Amino acid sequence: MKIIQIILILVLSPFLSGVINRTKAFFCGRKGSPIFQLYYDIYKLLLKGAVYSSTITWVFIAGPIVSLSAIILAAFLIPFGGEVSLISFNGDIILFIYLLGLGRFFTVLAALDTGSSFEGMGASREVQFAVFAEPALFLSVAALVRLTGKISLSEIFDTINNSCWAEYSPVIFLVLGAIFIVFLTENSRIPVDDPNTHLELTMVHEVMVLDHCGVDLAYICYGSAVKFWILGSFIVSIILKTKHIGWGADQLIFILAMTVLAFIVGLAESFLPRLRLLKVPHLLIVALALSILALTLTFRGFK
Amino acid sequence: MILLIDLIIVAIVLMNLMMLSSSRIRTCIRIVAVEGILVGLVPIIADINSITFSAIISSFFNITLKGFVFPWLLYRAAQEANIRKEVEPIGGYALSLLLGVILFLIATWLSTRLLYVKPLFSNIVVSVSFATFFTGVLIIVSRTKAITQVLGYIVLENGIYLFGVSLLAEQHLLVELAILLDIFVAVFVMGIAIFHISREFDHIDTHNLSELKDWIKLKQE
Repeated sequence: MKIIQIILILVLSPFLSGVINRTKAFFCGRKGSPIFQLYYDIYKLLLKGAVYSSTITWVFIAGPIVSLSAIILAAFLIPFGGEVSLISFNGDIILFIYLLGLGRFFTVLAALDTGSSFEGMGASREVQFAVFAEPALFLSVAALVRLTGKISLSEIFDTINNSCWAEYSPVIFLVLGAIFIVFLTENSRIPVDDPNTHLELTMVHEVMVLDHCGVDLAYICYGSAVKFWILGSFIVSIILKTKHIGWGADQLIFILAMTVLAFIVGLAESFLPRLRLLKVPHLLIVALALSILALTLTFRGFK
Repeated sequence: MILLIDLIIVAIVLMNLMMLSSSRIRTCIRIVAVEGILVGLVPIIADINSITFSAIISSFFNITLKGFVFPWLLYRAAQEANIRKEVEPIGGYALSLLLGVILFLIATWLSTRLLYVKPLFSNIVVSVSFATFFTGVLIIVSRTKAITQVLGYIVLENGIYLFGVSLLAEQHLLVELAILLDIFVAVFVMGIAIFHISREFDHIDTHNLSELKDWIKLKQE
């Protein structure tokens, strides 16, 4: 069963990107690209070879491979549909967050390795955002750990679903707010970064992968799709109260909830303007503030 | 109803942080209005089963004054003085937001030190009232426009009110109404003062006010 869950994650992740694009297209009055477009793109890119610049070292080639494998390993740790995740042990949340960090670190290194000034700019911005996003994620997770008294992802989500909502909903709302901002940042979604822009001066994530092509680009596209899924399921697992109707029904509800999340992200992208680049750290500081508040409230407790 | 009161109290903290990070005067006025209404709701919701007459009176005056009268006065003052945006505060918005969070941490620590203070309802209300108080002071200190300083003054009063409501079950009505009357007069006077300052000097930046000196002193120099 757990193996099937992992396969579901790996197979369904690119589908969500199609949902977002269709939502955006609908609100723009366009027809939009097919809902399975990312699958076609990845297939097309996998058939191609890669062209490498003469200035690069092994770091550039390792970049996409390491980040994709880090993200897939993180997917093994994330629970799905109320079930225990494939790999689950005490303290796996720290491994989870650092795997995401490792993936980002190698993307940044690969970008710097090209020697292009635009990629250096993108790398600098990505790291600047991560400086605020990572502590925010850590502190929100710390608040969840304080709340539940458990230190593995599966147990945390299970306990939250069963007992914490009634008593500690203010804390959970704060945590959700912080994690949602981090989620948008990490997946380079609209208030922070525009996935569709191709103007080098304003790109953040896209500019870092500008010099990758062929198989490498396929890895990167697929990696960001899986990353969207795992961080999204972080949010969905907190909100969704699993009923344990049966394995199949649970999974189906979870997948539906993920689709709704993708739809909400599409809505946000259609109606929110992108923030000015200088304002983005401010948004992330808001996330940090929310997570600190949540953590403090768990220490103080309610009556 | 414990849950609802907790939600309201956490919302008050969020209002404080929003207040610290927003630059538009009108948004700030609206935030203070919402915060005033939330604070005014606290005595009613705190014990919904046995609502006393004094709680209703206190909430009613609080909500009408802080939620509607003050915002209206300040809106008018802002319109007449023709100001829309606060200039960048000392240290910038991000720093003042972080300072707000640090002040909340200090307030929480402070509330654990007060051994004899037993709030009547939620456990976090004392720390939140201190945090609101500190936020008000921070706004008064760090902002330069006179109108934002008036808003800081109202936020500060919200903190005092919350503290009073959480501790005094019976006798807070008289004290609260006296304080409300005071700040009503103060905000009224300040609204007029803002208008006059802006008419006299074309702006209401309070930095320049400190250069005003006594006429006799100037003559001696």
